[in-house]
Amino acid sequence: MNKNLGWKLIVIAATLLFFLFGIFGIPEKWSGSGLLAALQNRIHLGLDLKGGTHLILQVQVNDAVNVDSDNAVERLKADLRARKINYTEISKPDPANDPDKVVLKGVPPESRSDLLSIVQDRLPEYNLTSGPDNTWTVSMKPQALADLKTRAVTQAIETIRNRIDQLGVSEPIIEEHGLGQYQILVQLPGVDDPARVKEIMQSTAMLEIRQSFGGPYPSEQAALQEKGGVLPPDQVLMPGRSVGTNSEDGGQTWYLISRASAVTGRDLRAADQSRDENGQPSVSFTLTGEGGRRFASFTGAHIGDNLAVVLDNKVQEVAVIKDQIHDSGVINGRFTEQQTKDLAMVLRSGALPAGIKYLEERTVGPSLGSDSIRAGVTAAVIGMLAVLIFMLIYYHAAGINADVALILNLIILLGFLGFSGATLTLPGIAGVILTVGMGVDSNVLIFERIREELRNGKTPPSAVEQGFAHAWITIVDTHVTTIVSAIILFIFGTGPVRGFAVTLSFGLFANLFTAVFVSRVIFDWLLSRKQRGEALSIG
Amino acid sequence: MEFFRNPNIDFLGKKWYFLAFSLVFSVAGIFSMLFWHGIPYGVDFRGGTLVYVKFAQTPNNNAIRDAMDRAGLRNARIQSYGAPGGNEVLIGVSEQETNEQALDRSKTQIIGALESNAPADKQDLNNSGLLTIKTFLLQKDPLRLGTDAEQKYTAQAQAIVDYRDKVKGGVLNSLDELKAAADPAVVASLSDGFFLSNFGVRNVEIVGPQVGAQLRKQAFLAAVYSLAGMLIYLAFRFEWIYGVAAVVTVFHDTLITVGAFSLLNKEISLTVIAAILTLIGYSNNDTIVVFDRIRENLKLMRRDKLSDIVNRSINQTLSRTILTAGLTFLTVLALYLFGGEVLKGFSLALVIGILIGTYSSIAIAAPILVAYQDWRSGRGKSAVTVPVKETARREKVKAKA
Repeated sequence: MNKNLGWKLIVIAATLLFFLFGIFGIPEKWSGSGLLAALQNRIHLGLDLKGGTHLILQVQVNDAVNVDSDNAVERLKADLRARKINYTEISKPDPANDPDKVVLKGVPPESRSDLLSIVQDRLPEYNLTSGPDNTWTVSMKPQALADLKTRAVTQAIETIRNRIDQLGVSEPIIEEHGLGQYQILVQLPGVDDPARVKEIMQSTAMLEIRQSFGGPYPSEQAALQEKGGVLPPDQVLMPGRSVGTNSEDGGQTWYLISRASAVTGRDLRAADQSRDENGQPSVSFTLTGEGGRRFASFTGAHIGDNLAVVLDNKVQEVAVIKDQIHDSGVINGRFTEQQTKDLAMVLRSGALPAGIKYLEERTVGPSLGSDSIRAGVTAAVIGMLAVLIFMLIYYHAAGINADVALILNLIILLGFLGFSGATLTLPGIAGVILTVGMGVDSNVLIFERIREELRNGKTPPSAVEQGFAHAWITIVDTHVTTIVSAIILFIFGTGPVRGFAVTLSFGLFANLFTAVFVSRVIFDWLLSRKQRGEALSIG
Repeated sequence: MEFFRNPNIDFLGKKWYFLAFSLVFSVAGIFSMLFWHGIPYGVDFRGGTLVYVKFAQTPNNNAIRDAMDRAGLRNARIQSYGAPGGNEVLIGVSEQETNEQALDRSKTQIIGALESNAPADKQDLNNSGLLTIKTFLLQKDPLRLGTDAEQKYTAQAQAIVDYRDKVKGGVLNSLDELKAAADPAVVASLSDGFFLSNFGVRNVEIVGPQVGAQLRKQAFLAAVYSLAGMLIYLAFRFEWIYGVAAVVTVFHDTLITVGAFSLLNKEISLTVIAAILTLIGYSNNDTIVVFDRIRENLKLMRRDKLSDIVNRSINQTLSRTILTAGLTFLTVLALYLFGGEVLKGFSLALVIGILIGTYSSIAIAAPILVAYQDWRSGRGKSAVTVPVKETARREKVKAKA
């Protein structure tokens, strides 16, 4: 045996050990069950195998844009008033489709430069364009608009992650999905009953404390009537309670609430489930230092007035300010125990910057998952045995060579899964099976070529040399085309399909090593032990 | 052992038969896609709601239909599913009734309809998740635990769920069965909050119309990019006409495979598309083997007619073409027969695709090369040559040997 061959054998043995470690790690027990436990520890199963819920949701980014442009409208109104610029109307013509567009009508031509400076100084993220008849359009700069939308998605991912973590779901996946669609992929292993999780993820949980000027009114008309048909500019009408749906009074109520809020959910430091003085479930909260100071100055200035706790634009509760309050408070609202628990949790996790909409929901029950594993493994073992046996029958001793290479190929593939933390899905198992079927093709190409060379009268060493040299180019070409397909599949696919692309492409990469390098070393080793002129067993 | 020893079949002479065979299948597929079954998009691409249910006893599909009708789901699709005796039924609702405002409404309706005789204040243990059971146990506290309750009840709930799903296949017949898995006091307390329906939900797929449209577009783009990738790579490695021939061949394979799904009215799901994309890569393998040999023989047999060279090349590589495809087919067949219901469509696509792909690398790809050559030589030029770079490399390989 020459020295070169010895080195190659060492490389192969090292590779084998390395990837075996990838599959099993260091098992605690060297028994069958110990190895199985080690295997389960290292190879991550996809949702389709272990059961769980897969959700795709879309952030309604226009909500976030609308909030921003509403604020812009308010600032614009205040500044126009301050600079005594007249206008007949300021409105958003199409909040649903063009949420950043604000139209300003009837500004006298001589105020043009003033208006321009207001927008430039006070609304740096907006453009001002003029239209006919003293009409002006204020709309967001494209870059600022895109940033705002991206930020809304990032923030939504953050908030959803906080909420799911608090629910105690293990190993969730929460990531942006697709490109430019404002979609988020959420995978929740082990959750086969997603209704409650979905509800918690979806609640926007926008908490505000504002001043209340009157209510409850039985209808909007009643409220307007009391104010003489026109609302003061700094007040709005808001519907009553939503979260505590077990309301006894029935029917919708309305309140007159200040436009501005004293503190918002962003000022919260903590929120917890608690009970009020009557022993009813409620949520207590603590404010941050800055929020506490603002709340103290607000309550200090309004002793005797009413404050309103507003959640998601619905009035939860109205209470008289008896004393200055510094940094804590309680939200009541005829909640159930579970509702206060959920509310405290979503308040802690922060508000969603925009509403979300569910686009896709897939749930795999664990019973199906374990059936799938069983079926997949059965198919893999049968397919593999069929191939191994066929190779032995068709190629005799050389078949052993191919079988060794094939088994090593499989070990490398599984070891890679263990090392990389890539998930094994049901199509992924199919990818493993296909790797066996396609991987053995390389051996066939090489062996057929060797047989052909032998038939043409070459000596075994030269036939082996020629066989590998000629087949190598073909093998590279065939692998590249299949891997190109797999990569495109990885880019376009999600979840289970990605798992397939991963196992197939890595399996074929590993095959280049096993079918070409390992197989060759085995042949060389066999030839080095043979007498000159002795035949090669290749069927 | 050897299947083919020195075969000598005139494949090119039979090209008209091949053409007729391919045309019949392609046209039949196209007709089915246009006028008969259409392209049978699965729920992934069409949108809609599918609920896979396993019953404790043999289900009566008519009774299920009645229950759905009473719940107002008039056009629900009800179909037995899986292995015989598995008592599994697929209940589907079309895309029109699945909208993104209330994505899971149809699912709730379907489950509600099946649970129609449920006690009002109890939940269905066969269709409750870990969280629900755990929350119930924590509230009920049947073991009178002071501390450590959360951990203990989580373990109990997990044991109940595992027993139901892994031992009982997802459906419990009576609460007493749980005594094998959980604390008797816990099991006894369950009847206060739970009842048992006669079914368990195995799998739910809800795809809103927006995602359906998006996935259709993505699948189409992925197929186009794959074909383009093949064309570019093969044009670069061989000559552009080889790339064109290979891509036309693979397109032919894809068309016939999709056509077969339409003819058989089997649904095309995301995994079927994955199989088809894999075929786009894999079908090329046999074609490449033949092309490689043609390229090699072009150098050795410079005087011969191209059609002879091509025929000879196909015959020389015939045994490996059949063997490689046959071995892959063997594994795919194992997948089709034993891989379970979830992968049926996927493995069917591979079974059909590998058969067609092997046939076409002999019957379609090579004749295209010859046809192009004939057309070019009609204009006085030679068509298929060995690229200079490649010749040099091959010479080097030879010299080394």
